[in-house]
Amino acid sequence: MDIINILTVFILAIFVGNEVISKVPPTLHTPLMSGSNAISGIAIVGAIIATKVGGQIGTWLGLTAVIFATINVVGGFMVTDRMLKMFKKKK
Amino acid sequence: MEYINLFYVLAAVLFIIGLKKLSHPKTARNGNIIASIGMLIAIVATLVGFDVLDFKLIAVGMIIGAIIGATFAIKVKMTGMPQMVAIFNGFGGGASALVAAAEFYTKAETVDQTTFLFSTIVISVLVGTLTFTGSFIAFGKLQGFISGQPIVFKGQKILNAIIALLIIAFAIGVVVVPANMYWYFLGLLIFSALLGITIVIPIGGADMPVVISLLNSYSGIAAAATGFVLLNNGLIISGALVGASGLILTNIMCKGMNRSLVNVIFGAVGLTQEGASGDSAGKQMNIKSYSTEEAAMIFDAADKIIIVPGYGLAVAQAQHAAREVADFLESKGKTVLYAIHPVAGRMPGHMNVLLAEANVPYDHLKDLDEINPEFETCDVALVLGANDVVNPAARHDKSSPIYGMPILDVDKSRTVIINKRTMNPGFAGIQNELFGFDNSIMVFGDAKKMLTDLLKDLKEL
Repeated sequence: MDIINILTVFILAIFVGNEVISKVPPTLHTPLMSGSNAISGIAIVGAIIATKVGGQIGTWLGLTAVIFATINVVGGFMVTDRMLKMFKKKK
Repeated sequence: MEYINLFYVLAAVLFIIGLKKLSHPKTARNGNIIASIGMLIAIVATLVGFDVLDFKLIAVGMIIGAIIGATFAIKVKMTGMPQMVAIFNGFGGGASALVAAAEFYTKAETVDQTTFLFSTIVISVLVGTLTFTGSFIAFGKLQGFISGQPIVFKGQKILNAIIALLIIAFAIGVVVVPANMYWYFLGLLIFSALLGITIVIPIGGADMPVVISLLNSYSGIAAAATGFVLLNNGLIISGALVGASGLILTNIMCKGMNRSLVNVIFGAVGLTQEGASGDSAGKQMNIKSYSTEEAAMIFDAADKIIIVPGYGLAVAQAQHAAREVADFLESKGKTVLYAIHPVAGRMPGHMNVLLAEANVPYDHLKDLDEINPEFETCDVALVLGANDVVNPAARHDKSSPIYGMPILDVDKSRTVIINKRTMNPGFAGIQNELFGFDNSIMVFGDAKKMLTDLLKDLKEL
């Protein structure tokens, strides 16, 4: 992939993020943070690939990365769900 | 192999839809589920799409990670949410840095080294590592393992500058001097870790919302940088989304305190400053202290009540007691609203979560801009464990450290009832002139006990 192409993707994604996230009301800022935090666990994809790329050190670094990223993903989505469950309208 | 990128794009689309649905409490839970499905798709696509993976190793890693993550997520108390998000940020940043490091060790042996690849590795390792160590310091401060007070010493700024310069030198070394690459890389790693520590220790407990938001943003930037290392669109898009989100929240928090980001990072506010409280400290205040019975009579005569919760309320675990009082008042046909200052909790939106936990309906929670005009027509403003965010000095006293900070205009209500444990000043270390106002009434005592007594007295009226 060409460098200019991925830069384009990156910059456009920032604009999309800005647009989408500025609409989140203050009430939901904590779940937003823990939820987006879980999304940053996407590094898990890189971690999985890293376990493959031979060499002892690479594999161990990859394994640690898999553990870290999974904590991030699983914990992040679960705790966000736990919080969002509590937001109720008046009965 | 090309098709795998389609799945990453699909995952990214699901992340965006998920975040979009977070814009309303009604759809938010579904949004989170949609985003998690996106993540599942990205993971499965990677496992299936890349061959020669060591599945056993990956499974072990994922099981360990899932157990740790799930335990945290189930066990954490809502008051402990900031620490938990901090530590998760740290793991996210750490994972990104590790992936970049793995890529470094693999590519260092081969011929396909490009300036672009090594530059992105350097950025990813730098941001990821300092997010990792910085988050752990933030966690330690919030959890009380490390003093919440800013830790400052002579020459701190010079030390930070030296560390930053060393990082730049090592980074250039990694990229342009292949001969000593490993040593430069190690230096980069160590000093990035150090920088994460030294930039967070001088920041006080009250400024933690800014720090957590900023580290959240960094964890996204690190993921995006790793995406550049691996030329992976999925990581780049997701990282950019999180980076943008963290920056927006950082900005909102800074505005809530009327401070610039630079001031938060280097200002070390919250340190007990001598004589910084300005002239208002010297003035004698006439304070009226009421019992809960007397307060109950005022509530009985009121039609519109606004509750202003501060972090003291959460510390006293009194959210439920506050909601019970509100329920009772509502059953008498009174209007009860909640005024939430942006920095009422220890992270963005924290107070809302704490009140939601106590079953306060979310449509009763009003943010600063929404609620301020309401105080003019409000009969009683009940301030519970909040201090600096209701200090009118922020509007007029230029010598006050909180001058210019947007505040909740509780003093415009007909009566302000303030519950505090003692007359001790708040986080910024300044006395609050509001307590001496003619329309102000103090009810001293622990928030939970005071609210329980108040409810009893209300019922007896």
